[in-house]
Amino acid sequence: MNVATERLIQLGLLVAILGGWQLGVSTGVIDVFFFPAPVDIFNQIVSWVIDPSFYRHVTITLTETVLGYVIGTGLGVAAGVWLGLSRSAARILDPFIKGLNAIPRVVLAPIFVLWLGLGLWSKVALAVTLVFFITFFNAMQGVREVNPVVLANARILGAKRSELLRHVYFPAAASWILSSLRTSVGFAVVGAIIGEYLGASAGLGYLIAQAEGNFDAVGVFAGIIILAVFVLVIDRVLDVVENRLIKWRPNTAEEKTA
Amino acid sequence: MALAMVKPVAAATVEQPRNAMVSIDSVTMSFGTFVAVENVDLTVADGEFLAIVGPTGCGKSTILNAIAGLLKPSGGRVSIDGNPVSGIQNDIGYLFQQDALLPWKTAIENVELGLLFKGVATAERRERSMMWLAKVGLKGFEQRYPHQLSGGQRKRVQMAQALITGPKVILMDEPFSALDIHTRHLMQNELLRLWQEERRAVVMITHDLEEAIALGDRVAVLAAGPRSRVIDSFDVDLARPRDVAEIKLDPRFMDLYRNIWASLRGEVEKSYERRD
Repeated sequence: MNVATERLIQLGLLVAILGGWQLGVSTGVIDVFFFPAPVDIFNQIVSWVIDPSFYRHVTITLTETVLGYVIGTGLGVAAGVWLGLSRSAARILDPFIKGLNAIPRVVLAPIFVLWLGLGLWSKVALAVTLVFFITFFNAMQGVREVNPVVLANARILGAKRSELLRHVYFPAAASWILSSLRTSVGFAVVGAIIGEYLGASAGLGYLIAQAEGNFDAVGVFAGIIILAVFVLVIDRVLDVVENRLIKWRPNTAEEKTA
Repeated sequence: MALAMVKPVAAATVEQPRNAMVSIDSVTMSFGTFVAVENVDLTVADGEFLAIVGPTGCGKSTILNAIAGLLKPSGGRVSIDGNPVSGIQNDIGYLFQQDALLPWKTAIENVELGLLFKGVATAERRERSMMWLAKVGLKGFEQRYPHQLSGGQRKRVQMAQALITGPKVILMDEPFSALDIHTRHLMQNELLRLWQEERRAVVMITHDLEEAIALGDRVAVLAAGPRSRVIDSFDVDLARPRDVAEIKLDPRFMDLYRNIWASLRGEVEKSYERRD
């Protein structure tokens, strides 16, 4: 099947779902209280997008996501590389890490609100706890799976410890770290949104929570769609970054030579 | 028998007395209770090509790793050019059996690594790496990543990488065993050519007796493991420069092969018996 037909089928599916939904609503089969009409959702999105105050919410959520993401992945990579290199430290800390990771992160949200208030930082903290462990485990695994021959070779060629980190450990762990960076984005958004949802005065999560409080299904759905687009855009940015960083991998390079 | 056929080195070919570059004195390598090699004595002169053959699993590689400083001997001592080996050595070149190139670096970046770690300036590093890549026949492949090169090309890059720093000793651990037979011959000749230009002490481990004789000045035979030791040493008095494929037809090559095989064969059989 060629790409054009696939695209056509995808488009057809979308039209069928949305059209069926809209038709269901207008004929009264679907209750708009639970499933608002696509047209209404679309109008709600448009009215938000053209409203300048809406961007305040987006900016706040984006700031929380980015801060949580950067801090979480930074700490995760640093801790992962450290524990990947030091087996004894990893053994000592292992039960603590497992214990912390076992806590459902959502229950921490009220505690963070208690500690850090209703503002930005309680959401950032929640996002950090979600993102940290994903990057941490991946970075640790990546460092541990460094090819011992490549490592021995670099050492014989005269690499000192810092040079080993830069030329061997980090690049070897890079594909692991990058794949965890992809997964982490979603979690950073989840952290920020849940934080806002549970207690905030602004942000996309707050918008959704407010719409829900007013039994405004249109607002909830519109918020969900905006969130999805939000994550997709970030994901796309990471795609570009990843292809820039890892150009030595067979698959990406073959696309280039082809 | 054919043992008597080994002729003394033709009038000693007016050799100057060469100092010992690598000396291994009663070295024992053990891992826990397992003793891989025991009481090994070997001396490699400067500019000498020593090939070590032995059955699989006799601890050949551990000897190389002791010279490189990757492993610490549990007994005895190793010294390079008079200096005792402790920790990783930086004046050696190590040619690994496996792919040892950094897959995230291009051919030229791989070749220049040794110079980079030694703190050589960028321009000089580039120039010398280009020269070495040309030397191993990879001009124009500078920007390729290892996965874009064939097995033989990767070996060439590895050779350039190991030799660019001008190491005192070159260690090789079955460097060509993963290559197909034609590529292997090409690489062996290439190696001989590079070595002939600038003779250094070489210790090469192999299980391929033909390769050992074709390349080496001397072939040492290791006993079957565990507790392996050097049981015999043969001087290879074949003229240089050699062509690896042609030299195998030389009658003296065949005599040497017979003699060394007579010594090696028993060990190979022993190692098989122990495994079953």
